[in-house]
Amino acid sequence: MTRSRFLLVVLGLSALMALCLPAQRAFAQKPTPSDDEVNRIAHQLYCPVCENTPLDVCPTEACRQWRDLIRQQLSQGWTEDQIKQYFADQYGARVLAEPPRTGMNWLVYILPPLVIVAGAFLLLRAMHNWTKPAAQSPAPGQEEPSDEYVARLEEELKKRS
Amino acid sequence: MWPEIGYGILVIAFLVALYSVGAAVYGERKRSPAWIESARRAMLLLWPLITLGAATLIYMLLTDHYEVSFVYQVTSRSMPAYLKITAWWGGQAGSLVFWSWLMSAFASLVTLRKWDRDREFLPWVIVVTSITTAFFLGLVVFYENPFARFWQTVDGNVITSMWAPANTTLMVAQDGRGLNPLLRHPGMIIHPPMLYLGFVSFVIPYAFAMAALITGRTDDRWIRLTRRWTLWAWLFLSTGLVLGSRWAYDVLGWGGFWGWDPVEIAALMPWLTGTAFLHSVMIQEKRGLLKQWNMILVILTYALVIFGTFLTRSGVLSSVHAFAQSAIGPAFFAFIGATFITSIGLVIYRWPDLRGETELKSLLSREALFLLNNLLFMSVLVVCFWGVIFPLISELVTGQKVTVGPPFYNHATGPLFASLMLLMGVAPLSAWGKSTWQTLGRAIWKPALAALVVTALIFVYYTRLAIPLLGFYLVALVICVTVYEYWRGARARHRSKGENFFLAFGRLTARNPRRYGGYFVHISMMLMAVGIMGINMFQIDTQATVPVNGALKLGEYSVKYESIAQFDAADNRQVTRAVVGVYDDKGDYLGELHPRIDYYPDAQQNMTIPGERATLTDDLYVLLVDWQPATANGATFKIFVNPLVNWLWIGAIIFWIGALIAVLIPDREPERLAVPEAQRVPQPGVAD
Amino acid sequence: MTDSTIAAPAKRRGVPMWAQIIIWVVLLGLLAMVAVALRRTQQGTVQPGDKIPDFAMPLFTGYGMNGGQQVKLSDLRGKVVIVNFWASWCKPCEQEAADLRTAWDSYKDTGKVVFVGVDYVDTEPEARAYLEKFGIQYSNGPDLGTKVSQLFRIKGVPETYFIDQQGVLRRVQVGPFTSVDDIKAVIDPMLR
Repeated sequence: MTRSRFLLVVLGLSALMALCLPAQRAFAQKPTPSDDEVNRIAHQLYCPVCENTPLDVCPTEACRQWRDLIRQQLSQGWTEDQIKQYFADQYGARVLAEPPRTGMNWLVYILPPLVIVAGAFLLLRAMHNWTKPAAQSPAPGQEEPSDEYVARLEEELKKRS
Repeated sequence: MWPEIGYGILVIAFLVALYSVGAAVYGERKRSPAWIESARRAMLLLWPLITLGAATLIYMLLTDHYEVSFVYQVTSRSMPAYLKITAWWGGQAGSLVFWSWLMSAFASLVTLRKWDRDREFLPWVIVVTSITTAFFLGLVVFYENPFARFWQTVDGNVITSMWAPANTTLMVAQDGRGLNPLLRHPGMIIHPPMLYLGFVSFVIPYAFAMAALITGRTDDRWIRLTRRWTLWAWLFLSTGLVLGSRWAYDVLGWGGFWGWDPVEIAALMPWLTGTAFLHSVMIQEKRGLLKQWNMILVILTYALVIFGTFLTRSGVLSSVHAFAQSAIGPAFFAFIGATFITSIGLVIYRWPDLRGETELKSLLSREALFLLNNLLFMSVLVVCFWGVIFPLISELVTGQKVTVGPPFYNHATGPLFASLMLLMGVAPLSAWGKSTWQTLGRAIWKPALAALVVTALIFVYYTRLAIPLLGFYLVALVICVTVYEYWRGARARHRSKGENFFLAFGRLTARNPRRYGGYFVHISMMLMAVGIMGINMFQIDTQATVPVNGALKLGEYSVKYESIAQFDAADNRQVTRAVVGVYDDKGDYLGELHPRIDYYPDAQQNMTIPGERATLTDDLYVLLVDWQPATANGATFKIFVNPLVNWLWIGAIIFWIGALIAVLIPDREPERLAVPEAQRVPQPGVAD
Repeated sequence: MTDSTIAAPAKRRGVPMWAQIIIWVVLLGLLAMVAVALRRTQQGTVQPGDKIPDFAMPLFTGYGMNGGQQVKLSDLRGKVVIVNFWASWCKPCEQEAADLRTAWDSYKDTGKVVFVGVDYVDTEPEARAYLEKFGIQYSNGPDLGTKVSQLFRIKGVPETYFIDQQGVLRRVQVGPFTSVDDIKAVIDPMLR
């Protein structure tokens, strides 16, 4: 519908609601969402046109329109998820800050932990191989870490003198 | 005249670089020192030549030669002289010349040293550095020529080319387009050079690694020779990253300093492997372990440098930082392919020769903890690399473009960085060779307790949230442990030599610069971590439109809109400057800030410059988002309060001090704690 | 510390074959992928001579086609199809909007030419305002998920693509048209 018609409907509805007001304040028309509320959602979206710019920061005319769109949707009572979904449907998944968890995108989240665990496993195995000879050597003498520095210094002093 | 001269010089440099490669290979094959010396001289000739070529380019930048396409793109009459000089690296073509200039400078520095003991490395180091220089010069000569000019045909079309096409006349524009306004900022002036210094200097360790692999000299020698280079390279790269962050914070206007943008990550990845290398190289020097791994790390660091450069400049990645898409992509790709394949092939070929004595006494020894350090850095690298590559894969396989953004990176790297911090707290207390839970426990309980006390204070006075408290505890732990280490060392000297503490402190650092410089760096990293945690975990912001004399409240601050003015600045900017007054929650006046919007008519672009009020506890950051002329509603401001963020910059300065200690003071540390006779490398600990 | 316990040095163990295979496969796979991505960035828009794959696009209410609320390219076989990418936030698009409308008016009764406007990455209220401002009445719809623009590999807006009766692309116009005659000069030869 055109913008003027939309406004008429909103006004009409608010008039209706105003009549119901005394009973339940909770049903009243939502006030215009503040910039902060819009930015909170825009912060989680990326500008569909500019490269890698979050929507709350982007200064272009188009981004201003999109922020106004979010404001409108918020005042209509849309939830955060609904707004994000709308943007993803309209403009593609790249407006979301994270790939949606569908299909192949699961790889994003699963592969790094797998590779890291595999790396840790390989490292542990290597370290285990490397400590085996140590198990065969005789039990080490007592360590005195607090005097380690003195010991090293003395060693160094001996070398220098 | 000047473009022909400049271009001609660069073409000559390109040919000289190729000759240097050929002569070095030929000399090595024929065992002819004369040919190798010729190759060396040719390579030394490169830097003067490129300097001359660059000088002609800079001359044209300074003197408004707008018939030259590059000058037109990056300068304009209204730019001050110093900015015109820095415009040299403000565009693709010029920055490639800059890269070549740095590359040849470093290659020359390396070859100027005495090569008596390492004669077999020389030809191959020349080959690698000259091939790289030749490649970048080749890109300039064949693809991105900064000396190309505008020619106008009879029917009004404009052709950009080096030599005049038939039936055209030289077209001289009246004014240039000017440097992207985002680049006209002090931070931006020094950030690219620092980054390039870091990138380019990593070629040297790589060249030595390749030389070691090719010649079979797979002992420690190559690492000793390049240790200082690697430290400098790492220092420059770190500085470049910090400066880039500061620039982003000051100028990009989104209240943050790091956006996990793919180009930022491309610069971070070599830093991660570089840091891992700095640590694991100590194990190789002390205990002779990890030769294979160190070789891999150096090659990986260099590979990430050129891969990151390729991604940034070829247009493959979408990013605010990326250069416009250009023709150098395929050539760069070929270079990368050849480099990766050759390097990996050589490592596999020499794998058996790289085996060292692999003996780890205990899983808690310092070697083991350094290995864990490497694992964690490599894990962060895996996360970053995957996040950068995945959108490419997704687009190729499913056709769907996706963005991998900050939430992914923050969630994935958060625990990894926390683990690294824990490691930083434990590792200094563990001994080379042997450590047990008891020895570590005895060493750590005092600092751990002190850190707990500090955290308790933070709990009482600052925050009750779990994750920040954990973060602060780890910071406190590392600082307490490091200070404790310092104190123990100084006390030992004091006891054994009777020096007072200050003297002991100084002498301790001077005798062991790498270790104590390193501790300094750890402390500085923790200060930076405080800043990062502050802004990431506690940042608050608000945006609102207020009339004149209206105020926005955020946290403990109240920002009152006092006035706005529009005027033209000296360099043709149209400035819209707001004056806001800052008050605290008791109503006391704290100061005045001037957020503004600068409009650059030559580039037709706006820049939003925030007004910042910096204190140790936080930063008040005010942006002028929008404004309406006097009649209407007022102005829209966005305010951030960024707690603790200035510790990030303070930490960076201390980082520099620590790193300079480590790199400038000559090392007199004994080489190995225990070296088996068979493996003893025949040289004394001479500082290079 | 002594070396007496090191593994037997007699045989030189290189990298095991399975590891080598994995390394090379991963490396070559990475390079191949980057090469394809690079080629894709180097590719321009779809070029004349290419056959345009079939696509379906929803249309704004009131801007439907033959009473339907979506357009499918395959349904338009046998007619000349002009696909115009635009956006309400795109200033250059406004230069050609009136010309496109005039061109459409002169062809709409022949039944042999179809104009389809693709609204690239836009908001519906602003898009409608734009269409009304220029009196455009031919079929128009949002490019949901940027699927259509990715299909054509557009580099920006406005861009116009002329597809002949067999579904083959004949002409690409990057940037706005400067006059109605230019538009007709492309369409008329295609009708013969």
